[in-house]
Amino acid sequence: MKVMRIKKTEITDTFAEAFGMWGARVVITADTKQWARAAAASMTGFATSVIRCKLEAAVECEVPPEATPDRRPGVSVLLFTMSSKAIAGQLIDRIGQCVMTCPTTAAYNGLESEKTVSVGGKLRFFGDGYQISKLIDGRRMWRIPVMEGEFIVEESFGIQPAVGGGNLIILGTSQRIALRAATAASNAMREVAGVFLPFPQGVVGSGSKVGSRYKSMIASTNDRYCPTLRSISGQETLPENVAAGYEIVVDGLNEEVVKQAMRRGIHAAASRGTLIITAGNYGGELGKYKFHLHDILK
Amino acid sequence: MSTTLLHMHTEPQVPLEAETLSPASIAGLSELGIEHLQVMHGNVKAKVGDFFKVTGRGTPDIHIEGDLSRVKMIGAGMAEGRVIIEGNVGMHVGIGMSGGEILVKGDATDWVGPEMSGGRITVFGDAGHMVGGAFRGQSTGITGGEIFIHGNVKNEVGNSMRRGFIAIGGDAGDFTAVSMRAGTIVVMGNTGVRTGAGMVRGTVACFGESQILPSFEYSCRYQPLFLRLYLIRLQEHGFGEKITDKHINGKYDRYSGDAVELNRGEILLFSGQ
Repeated sequence: MKVMRIKKTEITDTFAEAFGMWGARVVITADTKQWARAAAASMTGFATSVIRCKLEAAVECEVPPEATPDRRPGVSVLLFTMSSKAIAGQLIDRIGQCVMTCPTTAAYNGLESEKTVSVGGKLRFFGDGYQISKLIDGRRMWRIPVMEGEFIVEESFGIQPAVGGGNLIILGTSQRIALRAATAASNAMREVAGVFLPFPQGVVGSGSKVGSRYKSMIASTNDRYCPTLRSISGQETLPENVAAGYEIVVDGLNEEVVKQAMRRGIHAAASRGTLIITAGNYGGELGKYKFHLHDILK
Repeated sequence: MSTTLLHMHTEPQVPLEAETLSPASIAGLSELGIEHLQVMHGNVKAKVGDFFKVTGRGTPDIHIEGDLSRVKMIGAGMAEGRVIIEGNVGMHVGIGMSGGEILVKGDATDWVGPEMSGGRITVFGDAGHMVGGAFRGQSTGITGGEIFIHGNVKNEVGNSMRRGFIAIGGDAGDFTAVSMRAGTIVVMGNTGVRTGAGMVRGTVACFGESQILPSFEYSCRYQPLFLRLYLIRLQEHGFGEKITDKHINGKYDRYSGDAVELNRGEILLFSGQ
């Protein structure tokens, strides 16, 4: 097996296995940056993993006023689901319940794509017959009368095939060192446009494996990387000097941006005293995409 | 992009119906072919070459020079391409157009863009009556597209329009948006009397003064977010001097009407705040 090192960090010769998903981008604007952030935070709540949330979503970036459709402060949110059918329902629910309810906000499509789903076209019914549509520069907007004035939502949102489940596993000699490295990796990865890290601050403290000894569980703790199970689980994945590990899951609008994010993440983590950087896979049998760590560093 | 240039050498004595002066009609034709296209000089059949010198093969990009005040129906039915008129233009410019763009670098007379369903017409000077309006006897005006007039217009702009966007950089005459079915009209100056008379749905936004009919009722003073989207678009299309931040961020008095119809139309008057 080839050994690759960045500084003193060993990069395992393995690959991250990722899946095909469907993605959408919502640009939320509001009178202030704070309200836009509040709506985005609400919209991306309970959206860490499709395993139980049925959706993965997070803030992609903040959008300056000069780059938003209505020239107000904005936040770009990416949302991924496992099917194109599921994404429309999630957009309708989350824009309806989390954005429309947040003061002064509006929701615009942020993804040009041939395939679209109707969102404002469904949410308009909240207007109870008083809604008004406007066609502005070829984009249909719905004006829904609300108690503070009007809520604006675009009728159609673009969706496209996307990549979910790109990952890095960062192992360190102490929990503090591993977390510091994972945080640095997370910060670096989130700077790549078109990707998001769905877990809190982008770092997963409890990575999972597929399946369980219990029938009702489709995923369970990744025992191979649990330091407390080193002598119990019978697995020998974890070197003796590893005290803790974190996973970073990265979703992106295409393979290239996921690779780019992973590359940045590896370099950022390696510069923070990480012992080993590896990745999670299922033997290559489940996912459509394979991101070989050595290849993406070339 | 290569261009087909038509230079007027003989002014028509009576209105010239030139619906053949359109990208689709001249597409692929030679200079001679274009000059042989038929036009109607009053009730007499004539040729394009009787009035214009043509340079260049038929391209989607047409420049027409001269005083075209008596030349009607330029850009008729166009679906793509661009027509640039270096001067004034006559009635019915862009009639029935569904796409593409017409730029008039002078004034236009009556009925700019009748039966229009798409594309954009920009007039850098003034325009006459019935901009985007329905022909007499018809129930609908424009059903889509954009008409931007940088100067003033006369009466009945947007008469019976069903969809689309009309922007007037100056004043509009009487009966603005009369019988409007839907769509949006922005007037950056004042409007004449009876604005929105008989309007069913649709929006008239006015920066200046406008008399409100008694069949309209005051709703509220607010900041209409959707209007920002229109005004930003207009700023990007040459109205930057007339639309300032105070218009984009300002409050508007909303009146609903016309109560003699469905009462779902609205007039938004800039409050100055």
